[in-house]
Amino acid sequence: MIAATAAVAFVALSSAAVALFPRSILVFLLFQGSLLYAYVARIPGWLRATLLGAAVLVLMPVIGTYNGYYLEVATQVGIFVALALGLNIVVGLAGLLDLGYVAFFAVGAYSWAIFGSPHANVLFGGTGFPLPSWWFYPFLLIGLTVAAGTGVVLGLPVLRLRGDYLAIVTLGFGEVIRVLANNLDKPINVTNGPRGITPISRPPLPLEVSYAVGFYFLALLIVVVVILVNRRLEDSHIGRAWEAIREDQLAAQAMGVPLVRAKLLAFASGASFAGVMGVVFSAKQVFINPESFTFLESIGVLAMVILGGMGSIPGAIVGATVVTVLNLQVLKGLSLWLNELKNAGVTIFGYNLANLPTQLEPAKYERMIFGLILVLMMIFRPQGIFPARRRQRELGEQ
Amino acid sequence: MFEAVDVTKTFGGLTALQRVTFALDGGIASIIGPNGAGKTTLFNVFTGLYRPDIGAVTFRGRPLVGLRPDEITALGVCRTFQNIRLFANMTAAENILVGMHSRIRLGLRDVLTRGRRFVDAEGALWQRAGVLLERVGLRGKGNEIARNLAYGEQRRLELARALASEPALLLLDEPTAGMTQAEAGTLMALLRRLVGELGLAIILIEHNMRVVMEVSDRVTVLDHGEKIAEGPPREVQADARVIEAYLGRRAATGRAVP
Repeated sequence: MIAATAAVAFVALSSAAVALFPRSILVFLLFQGSLLYAYVARIPGWLRATLLGAAVLVLMPVIGTYNGYYLEVATQVGIFVALALGLNIVVGLAGLLDLGYVAFFAVGAYSWAIFGSPHANVLFGGTGFPLPSWWFYPFLLIGLTVAAGTGVVLGLPVLRLRGDYLAIVTLGFGEVIRVLANNLDKPINVTNGPRGITPISRPPLPLEVSYAVGFYFLALLIVVVVILVNRRLEDSHIGRAWEAIREDQLAAQAMGVPLVRAKLLAFASGASFAGVMGVVFSAKQVFINPESFTFLESIGVLAMVILGGMGSIPGAIVGATVVTVLNLQVLKGLSLWLNELKNAGVTIFGYNLANLPTQLEPAKYERMIFGLILVLMMIFRPQGIFPARRRQRELGEQ
Repeated sequence: MFEAVDVTKTFGGLTALQRVTFALDGGIASIIGPNGAGKTTLFNVFTGLYRPDIGAVTFRGRPLVGLRPDEITALGVCRTFQNIRLFANMTAAENILVGMHSRIRLGLRDVLTRGRRFVDAEGALWQRAGVLLERVGLRGKGNEIARNLAYGEQRRLELARALASEPALLLLDEPTAGMTQAEAGTLMALLRRLVGELGLAIILIEHNMRVVMEVSDRVTVLDHGEKIAEGPPREVQADARVIEAYLGRRAATGRAVP
């Protein structure tokens, strides 16, 4: 009872606070913290569902009207949640270390970017492109299919490799896709090289709300579908086969799990989530170029999965949220704050920050602090924020 | 039912198996022999983990050489491992469900739509997992993580996992290792029941001679990759070559062993 009241009060007060102080990052963090609390607090299931549902369906869009940037953050979180869930299947469930995951994201993004922009005219001639913007929706499926196909094509030759070897090959694959995107502007201009593709059509949205809110709902809808698919896969013979492969590949095969098929399915499922979100991403950004799909992005998504807890759906969601918010808000906010201190010439321990050499600029700490957080997490909580829990089941026992 | 002819397997210069011929139509057959005699290698050939250099293996008239381990399991040959190889971080019940994999007739569509067919099938699987757990004496342990089970329980869970694939031929690699004599006795009684009730055929690799002599219908002795004796337990026990393989030449020729 106390926990229930506390959870409701926490969510209500923090969202009200965001409305009062729409510029304060700390207050927005408090709001996110309240959602996390509502998730972990010992409250009835219906109340948890109502609170979280109200937060993402109502509160978040309303907050977006006070500060549009927060909606942007939420949409980005949605994109990365889907990516983390996809990679979670490959790395967390099936135990296949994939360091080039962002390649599938790129494949999805470029599939819509090319056809949803005038660029396709360069490729095919004529003036028929961009495709009408409603084509975005079929392209969600096309992006999914193309990415899944790419996953299978990559998987077939390399899935007999294990562990470190597989990791290196996927890393190489990720780079190959990026380099291809960078250089396929000649002899045939497919990707327009480092200049990237723009403007990419945005989908027509059926809702009578601002475009940012509509897009937020679109991302949310896809995330919900991704979570649903993920849960159904995990809680089936397919998911169990993946976990068996992760635990002991040889025993899994001896127990009747067809290794190649199961691994290909894991690769294709993971890739398809990335493909769908790639399409969404390209439409959201309007402009994409190879810079969006670097090795660091793959590592970032991997960090989300590991930080959240490998093989755990809530873990992947929270991991993606934490890392995205860290990168977009906390670390940025921190370096901005340090910069202000520096510009104001504040003195700490008798040292005037204004004299700080440029090598030690606060902006340069961002990555360092992020790295430090990762290291500390791995030392003190290697299983992640929400480690996978085994489902307790009723068995056919009398 | 099961037949292996002239199975030969070499690793580099080492001949692990030399023209081993083995057949079984039912009941319990034991394979014994000193360490390094090639017993586990033979199992690995039978279950498709190794491909023999020469020789044929057939099960119910179908050649097994060249098939993948999972295909062999689907045909009805399943095994346990000498050094327990459970899926350590999954629950006991989930381990058994993985064993059922080759018998599950659900497609990706069933999983994603989660319709009636899926729910019914999945319910039946969990139900059966409970029955299997009970059968090996692990009732109520279904939700335990496999790695938290006691050693003897892990061995029995591995047996249940293998049974889950509905095999007609079961290969057990030292199932009583690390068990007390009493536990081993219970397990053997269980195996006997399985042979009686389900018509299973069992091949056993075993070091515990008391177990071997009590439970086996037939014993095969391997030494240095060669079959040196085969027959009913009593006969094999008295075979001079077997005694020599285990205790040395002097013992075999009847002189006193110090």
